[in-house]
Amino acid sequence: MRMTSSTIRKRWSPEQDTATPQHRRAAKAAAAVAAGALALSLTACGGDDKSNNGSTGDSEETANSVTLPKLDGTSLEIAAVWSGTEQANFKKVLAEFEKRTGAKVTFVPAQDPIINFIGSKVAGGQPPDIAMLPQPGAIKQAVDRGWAKPLGAEALKELGENYSQGWQDIGKVGGKQYGVYYKAANKSLIWYNNQVFENAGASEPETWPDLLSTAQTVYDSGVTPFSVGGAEGWTLTDWFENVYLSQAGPEKYDQLAKHEIKWTDPSVKDALTTLAQVWGKPDYIAGGANGALQTDFPASVTQVFTGGDQPKAAMVAAGDFAQVNIPSAMKVGTDAKVFPFPAVGDNGPVVSAGDAAVILEDSKGSQALATWLASPDAAQIQAKLGGYLSPNKNVPNSAYPNAVQQRIAKALIDAGDDFRFDMSDQAPQAFGGTPGKGEWKILQDFLKNPKDIAGTQQKLEAEAAAAYGN
Amino acid sequence: MTSVPAAGGTKPPAAPKSRKSVTGTRRTVAALFLLPALVLLGALVVYPIGYSVVRSFYDQSGDGFAGIDNYKALFTDEGIRTALKNNIIWVVFAPTVATALGLIFAVLTERVRWGTAFKLVVFMPMAISMLAAGIIFRLVYDQDPDKGFANAVWVGVHDTFSQASAFPKAHPGRDSPLEPAGGGAFITKSPVRAGEAVSLPLVGVAPDLMPDGAAAAAKPEPDKVTGTTWQDFTRGKGVGTLNRVDSAELGYAGMKIEAVKDGRVVASATAADDGTFTLPASADGAQLRLPASNFKEPYNGLDWLGPSLVTPAIIGSYIWMWAGFAMVLIAAGLASVPRELLEAARVDGASEWQVFRRVTVPLLAPVLAVVAVTLMINVLKIFDLVFIIAPGSSQDDANVLALELYRKGFSEDQPGIASAISVFLLLLVIPVMWFNVRRLRREVRR
Repeated sequence: MRMTSSTIRKRWSPEQDTATPQHRRAAKAAAAVAAGALALSLTACGGDDKSNNGSTGDSEETANSVTLPKLDGTSLEIAAVWSGTEQANFKKVLAEFEKRTGAKVTFVPAQDPIINFIGSKVAGGQPPDIAMLPQPGAIKQAVDRGWAKPLGAEALKELGENYSQGWQDIGKVGGKQYGVYYKAANKSLIWYNNQVFENAGASEPETWPDLLSTAQTVYDSGVTPFSVGGAEGWTLTDWFENVYLSQAGPEKYDQLAKHEIKWTDPSVKDALTTLAQVWGKPDYIAGGANGALQTDFPASVTQVFTGGDQPKAAMVAAGDFAQVNIPSAMKVGTDAKVFPFPAVGDNGPVVSAGDAAVILEDSKGSQALATWLASPDAAQIQAKLGGYLSPNKNVPNSAYPNAVQQRIAKALIDAGDDFRFDMSDQAPQAFGGTPGKGEWKILQDFLKNPKDIAGTQQKLEAEAAAAYGN
Repeated sequence: MTSVPAAGGTKPPAAPKSRKSVTGTRRTVAALFLLPALVLLGALVVYPIGYSVVRSFYDQSGDGFAGIDNYKALFTDEGIRTALKNNIIWVVFAPTVATALGLIFAVLTERVRWGTAFKLVVFMPMAISMLAAGIIFRLVYDQDPDKGFANAVWVGVHDTFSQASAFPKAHPGRDSPLEPAGGGAFITKSPVRAGEAVSLPLVGVAPDLMPDGAAAAAKPEPDKVTGTTWQDFTRGKGVGTLNRVDSAELGYAGMKIEAVKDGRVVASATAADDGTFTLPASADGAQLRLPASNFKEPYNGLDWLGPSLVTPAIIGSYIWMWAGFAMVLIAAGLASVPRELLEAARVDGASEWQVFRRVTVPLLAPVLAVVAVTLMINVLKIFDLVFIIAPGSSQDDANVLALELYRKGFSEDQPGIASAISVFLLLLVIPVMWFNVRRLRREVRR
C-alpha cells in the first residue's frame, strides 16, 4: 500500500501545483479520497480486469479509482451545448482522460436542441462518438432512431458503483442503460445578495408566504426583490415546476409531465395563481415584465450581484449552475448566498436536471470515455472548478469549492431518489424546449399578463396536446 | 484537337465527323468546357433545390408521402403567417428606405468637399458581417438606458422636457396612515386637525436616491397643521419604531403635500430638509395627499425589442448596413449622368428640387431599380439580423420566413415543413429574379 500511495502522491502533485490556494485543501482531500477509492479498486482488480492490466502493462497508469484502457492513436469526438466557463472546465476533464489513456478527444460545440444537431450529424454519416443529451426524452429519441448504443460492461460497472438507482433509471430506455448522467443541476434554489438582505433586515424564507413577506421587506428597503431571466423561456418553466411540484405533489407532477392530466387541471390553475403573486407585481420584478423578458439568464444572475448596496434585484431563482455567472468580486457563501426554493405545499421541491453522456459510435474508446465520465475522478476535477454538480454519490462533498456548493450537492445526493426531473425537459421538444414556442413562449406571455390564468391554461393545453399527440 | 476525345472520356464521339456549330466549336469541346461548371452547379445548386422540392412532399420522418400537407401547414401555422406578414413588411420598407437614403446620400455627397470621406463612412458598415452587426444592434437597442445607445438618447431627450421625480417606488409600509389614492398618489386615511403633528411615513426609496437630511418629528403648533414625511426605514436596521421618526431615518426633503377637502386642494406645502412641513389653518379637517408627481418612475425609454417595435428596429439596423451599398451604386450611376442635362435645366430656371425631381431621378431610374431589386432579393432571405437581435421572448413577433425555416428544420425537427418553406421562398424570389434577368438582357441589347 505504501508504494501505491506514493504513486498517488505523484499523480496528484501536478494537480496541486496548478490549483489556486483556496482550492488546495479540496485537492488534498480529494487525493485522500482517491487513495481510498484506489484501495478498493485495486482489490477489485483481482478478478477479470487482470488481463486488461497485463496488456496495458505499466501499473502506474491504472493506479486510479477507474480502470481505463490504453488508447494511443484513438481520436474521439464529444458533443455538448456547453459554452464559456462550463466548456473550459469540461475540457480539463477531457484533458485528464487524454493524459491517462493517450487518446485524443475533440470537443464539438453543439447548439440547442442538441438532438437535432446530432440528427444532422448522423444523416451526414459523421456522428460524434459521445453526445451529452440534456433530456430523458432526447435519449429515448436517440434510441428509437437507432443512434444511441448501450453502455458496455465497464461503464455499467462504474455506473452501478457510483450512482443511485434513480439516476441510473432516468438514463435507461426499455430496460437498457444508455445514459450516464455526468452532470446534474439542482434547480430548486434561490440565490440572493446577502448585503441587500442584511440592509433590509430580511431572512431566508422557508415557505411561500415567508418568501412573499421577505420580498416585501426587501422592496420596502428600496431594492427590487426578484430578477427574472425571461428572455429565455426555461427560467420561467423552472419557476412553474418548483411551485407545481411543491404545491400539487410529485404524483400530479409525474402525471402532468406525461400529459396524463390536462393543463386545464385545477392544480395548474393553483400553481399559476401562486406564481402570479410574484409575477403579477411589476414592482417585484427588475425592469418590470418587459424588462425581464429582455434579460437573458446570465444577465439575470449578474444583475443581482453587481451594483454594490443597490443592485437591480435582490434574489434570483436559478439552479446551482448560476454560480459561474456571479462576478468574482462577490464571494459565494458570504456575499452571494442561496436558500432552497420555499415550500408552497407540504414539502419543498427538489427539481433537478442533468446532462447524460450517450454513446453514438460504439468503440473501445467511446466506452472508455463513458466509463471515465461515470467515475468520481472525472467529476471531482470539474467539481473543484465550481458551477458543477455531480449526481455521482462517490464524489466527496469536500471536492466542491465552497460551503454553498457543498450544501447544494449534499441536498441533491440526500434527496436520493426523491428528486423530480425537470418537467419541460421531459416534454417533447416542441412543447418544452423550443425558444419562442410552446410552454416557453406561453409562460413568457403569462409573465407579461399574469391575470390571464384561464387563457394561459388553455394555450398550454392546446400546445401540449399537439406536441404529445394525445 | 485530336487529343480532345481521349481527354474527354473513354467513349469516342458517336459520329466520325461531329457537326460543328456556327462558331466552329465541336459539341464535345463545348461540353467539356461546360462540364466543371455544370457539375458544380448541379451538385451545389440544382440537386439541393430538387431534393428540397421532393422532401417538401414527405412527412416529418421522411418515410411517408404527405402530399400537400406541408404546404397546407404553411398557410395555417400561426408562426409561419407572422413570418410571412413580417417578410412583406421587410420587402416593402427595407429596400425602399435604403434606396431612398442611398439616393439622398449620393446626390448630396456630390456637392460637398469631403464627399469621398463621407461616402467611406456611410459605406463602412458593409465591411461588418451581419452577425457582428446583429450583436452591435442588440446592444444599441438594449432596454437599459445605461447600456443601450438608442434608449440613452431617447431618455436623454425625454428627460430634458420632463424631469423624473425624486422618490420613485416610495410606498406606504405596514399599518400606514396613508393609502393609495389612485394614479400613484397617496392620501391620509383620516382628516387632519390643526394643532396636531401628522406623520406621513413611506418606505421603498433606494438609499442612494435619498436626501441626506435626518428626519425630525414636527412639533404641534396651534392653528396650523404640521407634520413630517420621511422614510420609515433605516438601512441595516429595518423599520425601527413603526410609523415613528427614529434618529437615523431620513426626511423626504422636497416632497409636495396637498391638503384636500371635498376633492379640492385647499393648501399645499413642500417638505423641508428634515421632512417637516407646515400647512395653514385652512387645512384643518382636510386629508393630506402626496401627489403622484412625487413618485413618478424614471423614464426607462422605449421597449425597442418588445413585440411591437422589434421588426422596425431590426429593419433600422439593416438600413444602417445597406444604405451605404445603395449609395455607392447610385453614386456610380450619377457619375454617368450627362452634366449638360442638369446644366440645361438650371439655365432654364429650374430650382434644385425640380432638377432633382425631374431630371436626376428619371435619369437614375434604371440604377434605382437595380438597387431596389437587389436589396429585395437580399431582404427576402434575411435571417441573421433577426436571429441575433430579437431576444427569445419576441423572436416570435420578429419572425421571418428564413428564420422560421431554420426553426422548423433544426429546432422543431420538421424537415418536411422546412423544405416547403424553402420552396415557397424560392417561388417568391423567382419573379424578382426574372425581372432582374430581363432587365439585364435589355441592357445588353442596348
